[in-house]
Amino acid sequence: MKIGRFAQTGNWILARFPLAKVWEEHMTHYYAPKNFNIWYFFGSLALLVLVNQFVTGILLTMNYKPDAKLAFDSVEYIMRDVHWGWLIRYMHSTGASAFFIVVYLHMFRGVMYGSFKKPRELIWIFGMLIFVCLMAEAFMGYLLPWGQMSYWGAQVIISLFSAIPVIGEDLSLWVRGDYVVSDATLNRFFAFHVISVPLVLVMLVFMHIVALHEVGSNNPDGIEIKKYKDENGIPLDGIPFHPYYTVKDIVGVAVFLLFFATVIFYMPEMGGYFLEHANFIPADPMKTPEHIAPVWYFTPFYAILRAIPDKFAGVIGMGGAIVVLFLLPWLDRNPVKSIRYRSGFYKKALLLFVISFFCLGYLGTQPATPTATLFARIFTVIYFGFFLLMPLYTRWEKTKPVPQRVTEEHGFDEQLPALLEEITELKPATDLEIGDPAFRSSFFNRRPNPDGIVKVITRLAKNLKESLD
Amino acid sequence: MKTLITLLLLASLSFGANAAEDIHLQKARIDINDKTSLLRGAKHFVTYCLGCHSAKYMRYLRIALDTGVNEKVVLKEIAPEGASIYDQLHSAMNKHDAEKWFGTQPPDLSLIARSRGQDWLYSYLKSYYTDTKRPFGVNNLIFPDTAMPNPLWQLQGEQHAEQRKTIWGEHAELVLAEEGSLSEREFDVMVNDLVNFLVYVGEPIKVERESMGKYVLLFFSIFFILAYLLKKEYWKDIH
Amino acid sequence: MINEGVDKSKRQFLTSALTVVGAVGTGYLAVPFLSQMQPSVKAMAAGAPVTVDISKMETGQLLRVEWRGKPVWILNRTPEVLETLKSLDSQLRDPKSEESSQPEASKNPGRSIKPEVFVAVGLCTHLGCSPTFRPEIAPHDLGENWKGGFFCPCHGSWFDLAGRVYQGVPAPTNLEIPPYRYINDTQIIVGEAPEEKGA
Repeated sequence: MKIGRFAQTGNWILARFPLAKVWEEHMTHYYAPKNFNIWYFFGSLALLVLVNQFVTGILLTMNYKPDAKLAFDSVEYIMRDVHWGWLIRYMHSTGASAFFIVVYLHMFRGVMYGSFKKPRELIWIFGMLIFVCLMAEAFMGYLLPWGQMSYWGAQVIISLFSAIPVIGEDLSLWVRGDYVVSDATLNRFFAFHVISVPLVLVMLVFMHIVALHEVGSNNPDGIEIKKYKDENGIPLDGIPFHPYYTVKDIVGVAVFLLFFATVIFYMPEMGGYFLEHANFIPADPMKTPEHIAPVWYFTPFYAILRAIPDKFAGVIGMGGAIVVLFLLPWLDRNPVKSIRYRSGFYKKALLLFVISFFCLGYLGTQPATPTATLFARIFTVIYFGFFLLMPLYTRWEKTKPVPQRVTEEHGFDEQLPALLEEITELKPATDLEIGDPAFRSSFFNRRPNPDGIVKVITRLAKNLKESLD
Repeated sequence: MKTLITLLLLASLSFGANAAEDIHLQKARIDINDKTSLLRGAKHFVTYCLGCHSAKYMRYLRIALDTGVNEKVVLKEIAPEGASIYDQLHSAMNKHDAEKWFGTQPPDLSLIARSRGQDWLYSYLKSYYTDTKRPFGVNNLIFPDTAMPNPLWQLQGEQHAEQRKTIWGEHAELVLAEEGSLSEREFDVMVNDLVNFLVYVGEPIKVERESMGKYVLLFFSIFFILAYLLKKEYWKDIH
Repeated sequence: MINEGVDKSKRQFLTSALTVVGAVGTGYLAVPFLSQMQPSVKAMAAGAPVTVDISKMETGQLLRVEWRGKPVWILNRTPEVLETLKSLDSQLRDPKSEESSQPEASKNPGRSIKPEVFVAVGLCTHLGCSPTFRPEIAPHDLGENWKGGFFCPCHGSWFDLAGRVYQGVPAPTNLEIPPYRYINDTQIIVGEAPEEKGA
């Protein structure tokens, strides 16, 4: 009776460890709103990338040497002499950028659908702490390859601390452990990057999820599904996370992996955005590269720093750009959560914010010419204006009526067949095909229909315009 | 809304103007799958560059493996005498001597193609001209006041810079003053081979990486299709 | 959520198929992750064959060279030692080296290509300590039965000067002999097997 013994072992463990209970509470009996859309993939994807960073990171530490004399060589050693070292390194470097992409999208989802509002303020705070940790982790990790960009980037950012009055100079000296970025700095950054910050990150992620599962997930309609429950106490608009959202998230994972693998195998440098060109030159404390820019995910904040013409104020501005995000749950005074039912004014403000965020990101990668600085200032004002004026403009917003129950939305995959039908037309059958009994109307004997395409585009444009009202 | 769009347009215009000031680079025809070109480039590298520059992350063994040439042939035809197949492409030059002669240490070239770019290297090697004001009597259009003398001048011949006036303003143009041992076409091919080798040295795994990529993508596509079908099947319960 | 009319078998099939594909993917990912812990090309380079000049060795002298990071001994044996070796068979565990590791050319009583020059990996076959070279006969600490040999300080294994292990000690087999060959009379190369001679 082999099976019997197997089950026995299982029961022995379950009697002593709440595995089944945890699984039930957080998977099979965790009820999530049934109307999640594409924006809800990024949470699970962030978790996937976190795991990727952990595994590849641990493997990298096996061959990396945190020593100013050896670090650069050891990275090239990994890239060339270690079996598959190049794959592991690219997975880690691409993973870093992918992490920020999914986290930025995840955060934007939260802003769009009001996921930070009561009762989910704490989830937002934990999430923001994760974001700050992630920035620290990325910043310190970027020093480790000990290239020119690593070195001078760290030099510039650590020098920011010196802008703080009175204690600034001593503080930046303490952070570096030397008068310039040096071996001592590299060594402590390594310790923080591989041990301290990851531990904090894991704890924060755990708390982020615990807090989420306590109050339940928000949804694109921004309404509480717990208001309407059936006789068993199950939300009417809720579905068990497992299996419905696990199978759905796996689809998201598959799509993500397609993009991820494309970058790793075909464009690991991503045109100098994921791996900067100047970072292939070993750190040289005697020579600053002509143009230094942080990696793309820091550039919006870097642009804000440069836009402000005073050292201390610049640092405050850069820090403030992150601090205002923490305050978001209390800045937005409107009780309506989802953007779907908010006023046109708010929608336009959010659009303007997104544009300014992208533009700041672009400007942060460019040399600070006078025109560029002027634009950076304009966008900085918009960035802060969006948040700081929020208590005013959100209070008197003309919102739309919020439905009681969640609304069904058809996914792109369900709309696709109809859309294809609309933008194509049937080819006139040739004489040969008419006689052929196997001839059927299928995708391959349709051709693009110009009228249909124009119609679809105008409809899309109209929808887009309406969605901003 | 409209003012915003105008502003954005203006912004993009002003950035475009900045970009136009960049030096015009000549295009290198890079094909790291071309093994004969890589071998020619390796030979040129050892002949003309290795005297001063190392490529210390690269091993002779790697060249043998990636080009499919026998290890002994690589040692005999490409590597300098006495090198072992496991050796890295080290330069024989003493660092202190180098500093004395050139005022700077010649950089390692393992990653030069990844930091400078292939077109820059190609253009740089072709853009030397006579300039008596410089210690070695030569200067470079792409990298003004470069510390490196032109190692290829006997092949290319001597170039002079002449100022030309065009509608876009004044700019220097290089003219061949004295012919070298190679014709212009031969020299272009030679420099191209050398740059091709440097690109390969920058990331020797690249060919394998890209050929592996399609299988990985194919695998994830299958994974995606199955995952999508499974999702559809389960979500029948909900719709 | 109505579970009626659900095609259970299709679900089961798709779940299994996805699991299999996922497992295959994980397997493929495990290959690079695990093989990155294999010796790298640098380690292989350090393991390249080593050429040793033995022309300056005196009789009775032991030379230590590094090959693949391991100590390799080269011992120039005296004629007396070679004589003594012949008389030890009854006290040894594997006098004919049947169960020990050596190249074919060294599988002889003296365990060497040329009788006087003995080459061996200087690591005890018990748990990998490097035995000490004790050529003297019957020293005070090792007792009367010691005929000269290698003594492992870690767990007290005895080897004779052909690297053969004595009976009643922890080491299971004779010392390992690395592949080596003579380039000429004064130079040997450790790490390369002798070239096959035509019959």
